[in-house]
Amino acid sequence: MMPQALKDAVLTALVAFGLFAPMVGLRTDVGPSGALVLRQRWGDVAILVGLAFAGRLALLAWRAARGEPRPQSTARAEAIRRAGRLVAPLLLAVAVLLPFMPGTGRYELDLGILVLTYVMLGWGLNIVVGLAGLLDLGYVAFYAVGAYSYALLATTFGLSFWVCLPLAGILAAFWGILLGFPVLRLRGDYLAIVTLAFGEIIRIVLLNWVSLTNGPNGVSGIPRPTFFGLTFSAGGGPGSFADFFGLEPSPSHRVIFLYYLILALALITNVISIRLRRQPLGRAWEALREDEIACRALGINITTTKLTAFALGAMFAGIAGSFFATRQGFISPESFTFIESAIILAIVVLGGMGSQIGIAIAALVMIGGFEVFRDLDEWRMLVFGLVMVMIMVLRPRGLVGHRTPSVALGERRMISAEHVAEGHG
Amino acid sequence: MLRVDAVSTGYGAVQALRDVSIEVAQGEIVTLVGANGAGKSTLLMTICGDPRARTGQVVFEGRDITRLPTHEIMRLGLAQVPEGRRVFPRMSVLENLLMGAQVAGHDPAPLLHQVFALFPRLQERQTQRGGTLSGGEQQMLAIGRALMSKPRLLLLDEPSLGLAPLIVRQIFAAIRELNEKEGLTVLLVEQNANQALRLAHRGYVLVNGRITLRGAGRELLAMPEVRDAYLGGGH
Repeated sequence: MMPQALKDAVLTALVAFGLFAPMVGLRTDVGPSGALVLRQRWGDVAILVGLAFAGRLALLAWRAARGEPRPQSTARAEAIRRAGRLVAPLLLAVAVLLPFMPGTGRYELDLGILVLTYVMLGWGLNIVVGLAGLLDLGYVAFYAVGAYSYALLATTFGLSFWVCLPLAGILAAFWGILLGFPVLRLRGDYLAIVTLAFGEIIRIVLLNWVSLTNGPNGVSGIPRPTFFGLTFSAGGGPGSFADFFGLEPSPSHRVIFLYYLILALALITNVISIRLRRQPLGRAWEALREDEIACRALGINITTTKLTAFALGAMFAGIAGSFFATRQGFISPESFTFIESAIILAIVVLGGMGSQIGIAIAALVMIGGFEVFRDLDEWRMLVFGLVMVMIMVLRPRGLVGHRTPSVALGERRMISAEHVAEGHG
Repeated sequence: MLRVDAVSTGYGAVQALRDVSIEVAQGEIVTLVGANGAGKSTLLMTICGDPRARTGQVVFEGRDITRLPTHEIMRLGLAQVPEGRRVFPRMSVLENLLMGAQVAGHDPAPLLHQVFALFPRLQERQTQRGGTLSGGEQQMLAIGRALMSKPRLLLLDEPSLGLAPLIVRQIFAAIRELNEKEGLTVLLVEQNANQALRLAHRGYVLVNGRITLRGAGRELLAMPEVRDAYLGGGH
């Protein structure tokens, strides 16, 4: 055991050396005369290689001490499920009451809005990835379509937010179908590559079609949403929200309104996903994820099943996108880069594909955590990556890896993820 | 009930079926035997429209289904138990069964009752994941799932694959029961020629994509060519 662990750790150290020697060990600086000089930093490389060596050894020791992973007992799974039943209402209560909690300021609300936007995006992508099993790496494209739909419709035609919201959803769904058609026959890695390209195409078109989108300068002056026609102007005045309800004009009204708006939109996404999962369409999505050939044999129309998943997932992204546009008041292609798709996908995967509550928790951890570690500056990404690795090592099926059957005769029992090996579902 | 008329098909440049004609009459069990790669599964899949017949015709209950899309063919009253069972591993037994009733559009409750009566084991395991069942139970589930669409013709692709002899006997007994009691017509594809031909009213032998022999099940079983090719020592 021990010599093997040592050998493994030495190998890790070698790989680390190979990586760090050119990246950290050699550095070019501008010398006093203006020419480039090569600075060597072998001390730093030694520290990093040592860290990799020790880390690998510690990991192996920890694994050996932990022994083989035990299959989770039904009793324990049952206890987790009971606790899980409390988590969802608790989170919901906190979410609803957040604006009125002591200590909640502008910053907390803005963060809440951000987290909820990602919760909604996560739930939307979950339909495509978690339920239908179609790996989509270009989800941000639909978010962009929704944002630009609202921004352009509102600034060009003066349409109100409430008219544009469903329009943005429909337009994004349309693009979802458009993407869906060419990729109908693709699965897994191949599908991922095409969707990735699709996301980039949308972004590059937005960047270059200057006459329509104003290119890299973005669209500014996007109108803010109104509350049944009442505006949220900071100065109050006739026709404003504060004036109508006889309140002191305050900029926080709009933030609170936006907060509840995205909370409502996210909850609608959630309710629709949960309901659809129990419908034949939702069951067909899950069956499609499990085995496409069996679906064919059962007479499921693969084309419509896939396209509805793409369309619905895209629709929720589009709605979230138009919310993003109205909240920011300004959008540019910079907001819709690949990293956004990656973060949303990470939320879905870390949350446990297909689990609604898991995704909400993952969004909270990822987006909230990203803010909490803001002081760490460039170390933030490192911590972030470490957290993701930790989750995948400790809970390889995501935070909430079990799947509750959508139908049951009599008592509903949970199926623990541990009973099926990884890669089997 | 089902007539496959001079059908040829293949995958890309590979010709898998040449001029194959078979017929299945109402109430029959018809067995198709043949070696690995002879085209048995391809024939079953071609009946379902995937891959499509390049030439020839597939007629089900008097209707030409050669050009219909797969999902429409599967709604006409035929159901397929695919090769390798292909149950949905993360879905419960009950969900698997309901998937079978999905497109038929009728009330699944009485059929569920019938399937549970045929395979009581499935009722015991209804909350369990499909992927955690044993091979035999998965085969029962795959057959049960196909029955949930209330088919008049059941296409079975190698139901004995990888199962213990005792379980194979159980599965075959269930097929016989379905045929005798419910009047279900069955087209069975098998490598296990001995038992499959014993079960069948009629049979066909497929070699390299062509039908080489046809006849009553027991007659075929007695033919020296069949004995040599499919029963020699193996089973």
